[in-house]
Amino acid sequence: MSNAIIPLLLDSLASAALIFFAAVGLTLVFSVLRVLNVAHGSLYSIGGYVAASICLFIANRQLNPYLSFVALLFSAVLVAAIFGPLIERGLVRWTYGKSEAVQILITFGLFLILEDLQRVIFGVNSFYEDAPMRLLGTSSIGGVVYLNYQILLIGMALLVVIGLRLLINHTRLGRLITAVVTDREMAQAMGIDTNRIFILAFSLGVFLAALGGALATPTSGIAPGLGADTMVLAFAVAAIGGLGQIEGAAVASLIVGLARVLAIYLAPSLDAVAPYAAMLVVLLIRPYGLFGSVTARRI
Amino acid sequence: MRAIFAAAAILTLAVLPVAAPWLQFVLTLAIAKGFAALGVAILLRAGLISIGHAMFFAASAYGVAFLARAGINDFGLLLVLSVLSAALVGAIAGSFLVRYRAIFFAMLNLAVSMVFYALCSKLYGVTGGTDGLPVPIPGIFGIVVTEPVFKSMLFYLSLTLMVLVGFAVQRYLNSPLGHALSAVHTNEIRLEYLGIPVWAILLIAYAISAALAGLGGVIAGFAIGRVVPEFAFWTASGHLVLIAVLGGIGGVPGAFLGALFLELLHSAAVTVTDAWNLIVGVALIAVIMFMPQGFYGLFSRKEASSL
Repeated sequence: MSNAIIPLLLDSLASAALIFFAAVGLTLVFSVLRVLNVAHGSLYSIGGYVAASICLFIANRQLNPYLSFVALLFSAVLVAAIFGPLIERGLVRWTYGKSEAVQILITFGLFLILEDLQRVIFGVNSFYEDAPMRLLGTSSIGGVVYLNYQILLIGMALLVVIGLRLLINHTRLGRLITAVVTDREMAQAMGIDTNRIFILAFSLGVFLAALGGALATPTSGIAPGLGADTMVLAFAVAAIGGLGQIEGAAVASLIVGLARVLAIYLAPSLDAVAPYAAMLVVLLIRPYGLFGSVTARRI
Repeated sequence: MRAIFAAAAILTLAVLPVAAPWLQFVLTLAIAKGFAALGVAILLRAGLISIGHAMFFAASAYGVAFLARAGINDFGLLLVLSVLSAALVGAIAGSFLVRYRAIFFAMLNLAVSMVFYALCSKLYGVTGGTDGLPVPIPGIFGIVVTEPVFKSMLFYLSLTLMVLVGFAVQRYLNSPLGHALSAVHTNEIRLEYLGIPVWAILLIAYAISAALAGLGGVIAGFAIGRVVPEFAFWTASGHLVLIAVLGGIGGVPGAFLGALFLELLHSAAVTVTDAWNLIVGVALIAVIMFMPQGFYGLFSRKEASSL
């Protein structure tokens, strides 16, 4: 029995880790900017495409294969540095204070543009480069073999949770962000440069999404349609956790990861239903998500 | 003056397929999506944005496929039954969905529709999985017709329904029940103080919007001849909202204007480039930024509702 539980747990945790990267960026952007970015999933897949391209370049030139780990991180930084300020300044800024319908539609327009841009640039074939996964090899606990790359994914996700906690609670920038989240007008009145905070927070969200996409590429490859799929999954996770709640997103990722893996093990035809069914159940019982509250919005 | 303009527009639509036969399919599909977008626009008046209405669109088309498989082969009966079932499903789903507002309404609609989508694409035995189900050519009052004849009839029937249903929806929107929708958007608490049951108003609107989406789904199913899970994917719902906003949510013609514009743009764009969503995305952002009342706002004399 334990032989089945360990891989199941590892699969769930690794799957949860990948979902978490996508969802935590979405939830961070929502809590600071109060904009639900429908194009968030596209940034995840762009991160994946860029990482896969760089890894393939490294493999083709027969450079040191360990460089591909650097490439994963570098591509996320690159995507964040280009798209973060560009989208926030160019488009999202315009929607502040407008109705949710306007915000969702503007970012939906952006989603359509980004999805087609990817098709134009990277084509319709899927990209696959698993060098980072192969390099790490496999290990076994008690006779159960698993991929070390899964452990890396889980470790990275934990690092993000701890990093965000430290950033928000123990740095000056974190305090500024908290101030903006709690009371935007008051923060502005106190002289906080909210424009800068918005750009930083949005870029951080893009970075986390792109990092998720980059880390996912070695395990599953990347193909058109991933952006749309990731978007709804991130939506579901963010909603289950309570929009704007980082710990909520972490717990919700675990729930969704477990639900998915259990579905794959028990009823394979229902694996795609599981996350949304979980979202439906949670939102029907707790309309604002597990950690959400009606009035106060924390981060 | 407006009536003459509208009559001329409808007449033009009716004559167009005679001049250019390939347009018939495009126009039929545009009207089908127009119905669904009209449903979305009704909810948008109350400030409720549904990213999930493609579910009713798809459910209705699947309904026709199931009924046809069960042996019902009369066009009128199939149409009425599946639109009624879309309305019923809408009433059931709406009874709990209309308690939510803003982003939560959008996300719950999304969740419900994605469960539906996932079931459609996974339950191979029932729905044919990603292959979908065929929607056969039905008989019309017992008369068997050939495919080209049926497609022509479908187009002119859709056009007729567009006028009839359009008038009915316009009457509804101008009734107290319809005006209450924008009041919900503006100040819901005030309505409650006045003793107006907001829940009931929204539930009626939701059922009507589901029925309209269902009507669109039946027409699209017949026009395409097949229903696939992609009908219900969330991006399809997004497109419906997009059409509603492009056209303008101020009046009934808006939804059809938007659908017509998008379908024609689609047919024109695919001959040049595969990246037509890119063009649509840019158009959408431009319309929202510079024409918050949509195309309908250009034609309407009085101030049309905007987002």
